[in-house]
Amino acid sequence: MYSDKVMDHFENPRNVGEIENPDGVGTVGNAKCGDIMKMYIKVDDEKINDIKFKTFGCGAAIATSSITTEIVKGKTIEEAQQLSNQAVAEALNGLPPAKMHCSNLAADALHKAINDYLGIDNEEDNDEDAHHGHDLGEECTLDMN
Amino acid sequence: MKKIYMDYGATTPVDKEVVKEMEPYFNQVYGNPSSFHSFGREAKNAITEARDKVAQLIGADIVKEMIFTSGGTEADNYAIKGVASALEEQGKHIITSSIEHHAVLHTCEYLEKERGFEVTYLPVDEDGFVNPQDVKDAICEDTILITIMLANNEMGTIQPIAEIGEIAKTAGVTFHTDAVQAVGTIPVDVNQLNVDLLSLSAHKFNGPKGVGALYVRKGTKIKKFLHGGAQERNRRATTENVPAIVGLGKAAELARKNLNRKREELIILRDKLINGIEEKIDHVKLNGHRTERLPGNVNFSIRYIEGESILMKLDLEGIAASSGSACTSGSLDPSHVLLAMGLSHEIAHGSLRLTLGKYNTEEEVDKVLELLPKIVADLRAMSPIYNQ
Ligand SMILES: Cc1ncc(COP(=O)(O)O)c(C=O)c1O
Repeated sequence: MYSDKVMDHFENPRNVGEIENPDGVGTVGNAKCGDIMKMYIKVDDEKINDIKFKTFGCGAAIATSSITTEIVKGKTIEEAQQLSNQAVAEALNGLPPAKMHCSNLAADALHKAINDYLGIDNEEDNDEDAHHGHDLGEECTLDMN
Repeated sequence: MKKIYMDYGATTPVDKEVVKEMEPYFNQVYGNPSSFHSFGREAKNAITEARDKVAQLIGADIVKEMIFTSGGTEADNYAIKGVASALEEQGKHIITSSIEHHAVLHTCEYLEKERGFEVTYLPVDEDGFVNPQDVKDAICEDTILITIMLANNEMGTIQPIAEIGEIAKTAGVTFHTDAVQAVGTIPVDVNQLNVDLLSLSAHKFNGPKGVGALYVRKGTKIKKFLHGGAQERNRRATTENVPAIVGLGKAAELARKNLNRKREELIILRDKLINGIEEKIDHVKLNGHRTERLPGNVNFSIRYIEGESILMKLDLEGIAASSGSACTSGSLDPSHVLLAMGLSHEIAHGSLRLTLGKYNTEEEVDKVLELLPKIVADLRAMSPIYNQ
């Protein structure tokens, strides 16, 4: 069900970990929904010098986090702000429809980290509600017959 | 890489002896069992023999009480809708549990939403047990059916069915049990269990997929399910799937012969796996009762990580398992069974089910015990909610 690219990033995730004294941190999701992504950035000369992530979630959540860090590392803040969840999914050669929404939030986590760096208040959104607000894809409960 | 299959709860490989028994019924004994001629009679005899074997496996003394179906799902649908239709004049209340398989739950929901029935979904305790007293208290004048599963497919807890059956009998309420996970793996006797109806499915005990049976005690009021020809004593029309039925019969015969030995062997492997996981991995919780559980069932919640990613890592190592995670919020809720047992969403997302069966070996258990701790450690190292 997953592309080779997703599997590659799942098996060998890039930039896993935390950054000490980061310039920005962003978190999306919650454990109740089964996905949490946390991004740390270090900024130098308006460029993302270093980026790391930690993710609790399914294969798609881990792969989208990993490729997001790979895409934006070394990019300017402005360029990184342009990255969309859709573009992340495309960079992975697509995701199964059921994974397009809640497991594909890595760009959102990145934007939150950038806002944190820029001193822009991240909206006090209740992540759970934000999740519910998505147009939900097809069901993906893993059935135990 | 040598693959390891630990998903016997989902389905099982068909026993070689079963395949051999089925083979002639595709193109040697191919008559229609309803036909008058010798071709038909031979096929009919094969069905009768299979019915006998299945009846013996579950202690049904009257062979005619057994109706072949297309599997566990149809047997559940037939039992519940068939009794509901037969008795709706008498009352429209059904009692079930909150941990049933979807084949039962969704059928009850259908009766509730489309046919005006009222359904009580009984809670379970933290081990997954239904309290028989709750069943007793839920019975009212309108109650026409109680349906409670014998053993749960996710976490393996075996319900006090005989006791609940006694209550149903005393109250004069028809009692059905979904025994799909139990038949062939633990001793099942319809008289000892006090059940009127019982569902079973061949593919859970090394028989073919797409065939099962519904046991219906003589005298139980039930409407027919498929209208058409007069097969199955006019209760389920359609030309019988003879090879599959023969396969079910053979699987039942083998299961009966090997039941006690196999069960003991599996319990040893199961407990080795359970104890090993508890020893080698911290922050884990065994789901389901420790001993009153299916002989091959192991189900753990592994904290701070999510089920699908555990399955993917295991799959990359060639190990097949299951999880009750809802791996996206396309459906936000993880397993309804684990939630009913009081687990939080977060912990239910991290559940892992390993189900052992006929061909698993101790080496395979050792291999899983060697690989799983590393997989868990890798995923936890990546988890923002794990601080160690
Ligand atoms: C408890 C239970 N009931 C019913 C079913 C459905 O059986 P089948 O797949 O034969 O339709 C299953 C398994 O799939 C099950 O585990």
